[in-house]
Amino acid sequence: MTSLAFVDVSVKYGSAIAVQGFTDTVRPGEWLCLIGPNGAGKSSLLRSAAGLVKHEGNILVDGSPLHLRTSRRRAALVAHVPQSPAMPDDMTATEYVLLGRNPYVGYFGNESKHDRMMVARVIERLDLEEFATRRLGTLSGGERQRLVIARALAQEAPIMLLDEPTSALDIGHQQQALELVDSLRREHGFTVVSAMHDLTLAGLYSDRLALLHQGYCVATGPAEQVLKAETLSEFYGVSVTVLHEPDGTVVVVPRRTVPLA
Amino acid sequence: MLAEQVRDSERSWWMPVACIMLAVAFLFGAMVGPAGPVWWRVPAELLNHLPLIHIKTGATELQSTVLWQIRMPRVVLAGIVGSMLSIAGASYQGVFRNPLVDPYLLGVAAGAGLGATVIIVAGRASSSSWPVDPLPIAAFVGGLIAVMITYSVGAAFGAVKSSATLVLAGVAVTSLATAIQTFMLQRNTDVVRQVYSWILGRLSTATWHDVRLVLPYVVVSTGVLLWHRRLLDVLRVGDDEAQSLGARVDRIRLTVVIAATLGTAAVVSVSGLIGFVGIVVPHLVRLLAGSSYRRILPLTVLLGAAFLIVADIPGRILSDPAETPIGVVTAFLGAPFFIIVLRSRQGASR
Repeated sequence: MTSLAFVDVSVKYGSAIAVQGFTDTVRPGEWLCLIGPNGAGKSSLLRSAAGLVKHEGNILVDGSPLHLRTSRRRAALVAHVPQSPAMPDDMTATEYVLLGRNPYVGYFGNESKHDRMMVARVIERLDLEEFATRRLGTLSGGERQRLVIARALAQEAPIMLLDEPTSALDIGHQQQALELVDSLRREHGFTVVSAMHDLTLAGLYSDRLALLHQGYCVATGPAEQVLKAETLSEFYGVSVTVLHEPDGTVVVVPRRTVPLA
Repeated sequence: MLAEQVRDSERSWWMPVACIMLAVAFLFGAMVGPAGPVWWRVPAELLNHLPLIHIKTGATELQSTVLWQIRMPRVVLAGIVGSMLSIAGASYQGVFRNPLVDPYLLGVAAGAGLGATVIIVAGRASSSSWPVDPLPIAAFVGGLIAVMITYSVGAAFGAVKSSATLVLAGVAVTSLATAIQTFMLQRNTDVVRQVYSWILGRLSTATWHDVRLVLPYVVVSTGVLLWHRRLLDVLRVGDDEAQSLGARVDRIRLTVVIAATLGTAAVVSVSGLIGFVGIVVPHLVRLLAGSSYRRILPLTVLLGAAFLIVADIPGRILSDPAETPIGVVTAFLGAPFFIIVLRSRQGASR
């Protein structure tokens, strides 16, 4: 199991500040969920850990700085599932999952038998056998999402970054995808950092929430501490009711502000 | 069992089929044409050129010479040019993730055309006292300079991050080179015909010397491109995702562009600008064998060669009094064929 630490991480696009001085340590096997309004810096933070944007400060994996690693080594440590993954219509599902093995294949090399076995196992584990030879263009949103997770799983990285993994899915498939991530996390001991918009689901599946606002981390802690009506109204500008279920689930319910006529 | 399937999804029966198609095209290309031996004597004549084989074929010395010194270099050069343009086109389409891209994208063609024009205009004055034919060298250098300008202009404006900038820089350089070329031709209207025939492509003057001239570049370039076929598949998910999978996108793109450009500039310098091959062959291959570059790149090498060898045949027959330029034939035959394939494919997928 692997820890992921952000030490004073800042991301700037020109003069625009996306993330400002984010410091947090995600414990091995922990699931940290980044929440916050659009443009709060959630994606930028995830992208900085995936090595896709330049950042200031340090990102440490098990204590050693990520930027000192080669790109292949970094990819073997951190898997990134983007918000809207590019899925070429005419690529087959197997070809797609096989891409996850890239960090283990040399520049001029080819996937080994082990790589192919690994991909076959991942496809089996996620019950994707029936789609193995299908083209991505013929698959539904839920099936595609499972494939993206399969690719990340084939990457065998101990840290998984998920950017809005469920934004395109209906409520059933949202639950399915998050349960899958959760069970994989427990099975393999992954450390997970995700960005999510659905606050109830965020609180339900993660161990800890971090609320970002305009690039700053304004609150962090377990769901019942972060998901408070006044906090959410301050940073999201929404009016909500927060319910506490007997099993500890925190439910965030939007309230209608314009009275019914 | 599933692991077998994972492996099998990459195998393709198109590879042997493409080999056979190339062999047939090669033989056919060697058999057709004026003044050579009768067609059925050609295979034996060719075997005679292998070591330790001596077959009495009954062909006259002249016929053998026509076959070996005129027809064969032409067929071999057509094959080399066709496969180079095709694999370069497929590779460009891969690194720029744009199916409309052809190997002339970054200005190779316009640069080579300008180089050829300059040397033809200059050569008029200096008579033919050159030790070697300067035309291919000028075209080669012109093509490379044009792409170097494109790349440095593109890089100066951030093409490292966005390939669109690079493509636009290519458009600008192409326009500039073409403008200069047109200006020079306006001033020297007497060479227009000569330049024009070079631009439309020519294989008719092919010699073994031409083959030896381009072969090293083509072998190196094709080798480098074939080596990148797996990485081109990784690039299909976009720069960001490829990078998060550990691929060094900028380095891959630069290497592929350099290899494809070098090979293209080399073949263009001896064959002129043969259009359409670099875009139609990769697409045919895609339609036949799927979209993975692991299959596309090797297949374009074989089928590109076969395509141009076959496309060169009508030009030889219709050679009265002046030969039809190969560039005209490739477009004239290729375009309708391509449209038919596209159409039937669309019908099939519905």
